[in-house]
Amino acid sequence: MYKGGKIIASLIIFIGLLTLPFFYNMGKANAGPDVPLDTPAIQQLADKDKECVESPEYMRANHMQLLNDWRTAAVRDGQTVYVNSKGTEYEISLQDTCLKCHATDTAASPVVLNNPVSSNTGMSNPTLNSSNSSPQFCASCHDYSAVKPLCWSCHFEPKEAVK
Amino acid sequence: MLETALSGSKRYWIWVSLLLAVIAVGFYAYMNQYNNGLGVTGMSRDVSWGLYIAQFTFLVGVAASAVMLVLPYYLHDFKKFGKMVILGEFLAIPAVIMCMLFIVVDVGQPMRILNVILYPSPRSVMFYDMCVLIGYLLINIVVGWTTLSAERKGFPSPKWVKPIIYLSIPWAVSIHTVTAFLYAGLPGRHLWLSAIMAARFLASAFAAGPAILILLCLIVRKVSKYNADPEGGAIQSLVKIVRYAMIANVFFYILELFTAFYSGIPEYSASLRYIFFGLDGFNNLVPFMWTATVLAFLGIALLVFPTTRMNGKTLVIALLSIIIANWIDKGMILIVAGFVPNSFERIVEYAPTLNEILVTLGVYAIGALLITILYKIAVSVRQERA
Amino acid sequence: MSINRRQFLRRAGMITALGLGSSFIISGFRKKEVAEAAEYGKSSKDLPAKRWAMVVDMSKFKTEEDFKRVTDACHSLHNVPDFKNTKDEIKWIWKDDYHHAFAGGHNQYLDDHVIHSPFMVLCNHCENPPCVKACPTQATFKRNDGIIAMDFHRCIGCRFCMGACPFGARSFNFKDPRPYIEEISTEYPTRTIGVVEKCNFCYELLAKGLEPACVAKSNGGLIFGDLADTNSEVRKIVSTKHTIRRKPELGTQPSVYYLIGGDDHA
Repeated sequence: MYKGGKIIASLIIFIGLLTLPFFYNMGKANAGPDVPLDTPAIQQLADKDKECVESPEYMRANHMQLLNDWRTAAVRDGQTVYVNSKGTEYEISLQDTCLKCHATDTAASPVVLNNPVSSNTGMSNPTLNSSNSSPQFCASCHDYSAVKPLCWSCHFEPKEAVK
Repeated sequence: MLETALSGSKRYWIWVSLLLAVIAVGFYAYMNQYNNGLGVTGMSRDVSWGLYIAQFTFLVGVAASAVMLVLPYYLHDFKKFGKMVILGEFLAIPAVIMCMLFIVVDVGQPMRILNVILYPSPRSVMFYDMCVLIGYLLINIVVGWTTLSAERKGFPSPKWVKPIIYLSIPWAVSIHTVTAFLYAGLPGRHLWLSAIMAARFLASAFAAGPAILILLCLIVRKVSKYNADPEGGAIQSLVKIVRYAMIANVFFYILELFTAFYSGIPEYSASLRYIFFGLDGFNNLVPFMWTATVLAFLGIALLVFPTTRMNGKTLVIALLSIIIANWIDKGMILIVAGFVPNSFERIVEYAPTLNEILVTLGVYAIGALLITILYKIAVSVRQERA
Repeated sequence: MSINRRQFLRRAGMITALGLGSSFIISGFRKKEVAEAAEYGKSSKDLPAKRWAMVVDMSKFKTEEDFKRVTDACHSLHNVPDFKNTKDEIKWIWKDDYHHAFAGGHNQYLDDHVIHSPFMVLCNHCENPPCVKACPTQATFKRNDGIIAMDFHRCIGCRFCMGACPFGARSFNFKDPRPYIEEISTEYPTRTIGVVEKCNFCYELLAKGLEPACVAKSNGGLIFGDLADTNSEVRKIVSTKHTIRRKPELGTQPSVYYLIGGDDHA
């Protein structure tokens, strides 16, 4: 191989740099996202009612698919009722069902809708503007994983939170 | 073969830098549009398609016109086009890419464009348009690249290219027919609701496209000394095609005028009256339409008479007239005037904003850059073999 | 080891394809947590229908206030923004005059008063909708109950449907609508920049057993019902009284009928 020594040496250095983050964090445990489950709405529920639409394990893995299926059923098929794996009925509504429990703690961080007066970025595309931000419950994981949900350029948090 | 585009004269690099500067400005203008919405353009609730879709319409025609070289050369063994076919294919590729870019800059949610493929809608003409454009781009890239590489290595082209070349012939016709169908099937737009839309689109494409190609060959000859038509027969044959296609185009337009005006049905002629004479005092397209009309007839006249079409200078004037006339017709008037008068018989006029024009220029600069690169490759390969 | 560039690329490509392919197969075999037996259904309050339609009785619209109340009921419930210019305007239901709403075949001897008489116009929820045919993603689609609905999540904003609609019923979000909504209603989401919108016959209210917002505030000027139900008021009016529709010659079969001559059906 022409200039083989230099090439192999550079390759080793390159791979070393590339895998540096993995070696640096080897052995350390990552705290993971801090998901707030202590909203006033959830605290008000009796212990036996503290159940989400499906189990936490299922929701963790599949809430995206569930939301997609809910969207298709409600918007396209006109079906607004979901019967979960345990037989309980829920109204299909991001705002009235999911956010009934998982809304942001209003005292801590009120939701402000995008307003040109308060917008400091000067842009008005809501998919880029951070003022249409996710409720805390969603943001805690989504900020951690850097996957931006686009729901909030159209959907709201429940009435109490909106200015 | 790409490396041939990376070495060039000073003039080449100045031209490339100029194009990159225009692209940068266009990109900046597009970011403004992306951040603030299509409200920065001149489009409105009533005229919901404007400059971008008009450019798309014009460029689909230019892309389809490559068939006017491929058909005679491959199907009828018209040897004179031998050296020019690659230039035709390498014009079609940037034209199709520009078409796709104009669609991307025109949609309100560009990040969702893949929805057209994820949720195919067989009853929608736009779905088919996306399919045929992607197919045509792939065909031309594969055919152009393979034939040129084979030529560079001194081999004949591999056998499997032949069926793809034959496929490109009806496919070229289909891309422009499908684009015409976008407009010709809409029940509420009387300017477009005409059977002759697709025929007229093809005729004007086969006039404007080869005309652009001839001008590009002349530029190539000046800039690189490479002559794609040493005996002079190829260009004159293309001129023949341009001449008859433009005559057909003007004839079809006159047919449209007859049906609209002689039938006396007000809705059928309203848009045409707006274009040629203005309606209710609104007339911002009138001067452009008459310019196009004059240029169309001038171009045809110059090409009909042998003295003027043989003369280098008058030939260029004739071709430019035809290109500009067709561009004004498709790239300026047709799309906008389809929305005038609107569904409530009111007139809302359209004019592009500066932001819109800058984005358009940026896309055209991308196309020009691609043509430059591809032609540089083709010419370099030919010249190094010579 | 002397392979040329083409061979190297070919081998790299094959290994990549092999790797990607097998990773898909392996992840397919892994058991996914499945919630068993989940179902979807309609709400018990849902108003079922085969063909929702509306009859417009302009004799019940007497003052400016009557028109405004109906338009505002819809626009405020659905967060329709007010851009304050006609270029970017979004409207779901509004008033136009006879001459423009029923364009075509202009009768020059018609009384000025009739030519300028007002009519409420909105999306006609056609049975044969050209907009649905045109949509390349089926973001606008026909529901089983006849309502032409919009899926704002799927719309790419190509505006082909706006070109296809012969009635000028559709609007586009040229800008972000939120700053232009005076009072946000949390009953219904806003839309986002770059999507098309129009009247949706209030299907979200129908699913709760309520009538459309404009109908509720129209004092009997807008009558809503199921055309397929022989006992519904709309069916009775449409089959016995003289009604007209906009641009019937285009064959789109609109579901919005305009009553001629007024009616005392209340």
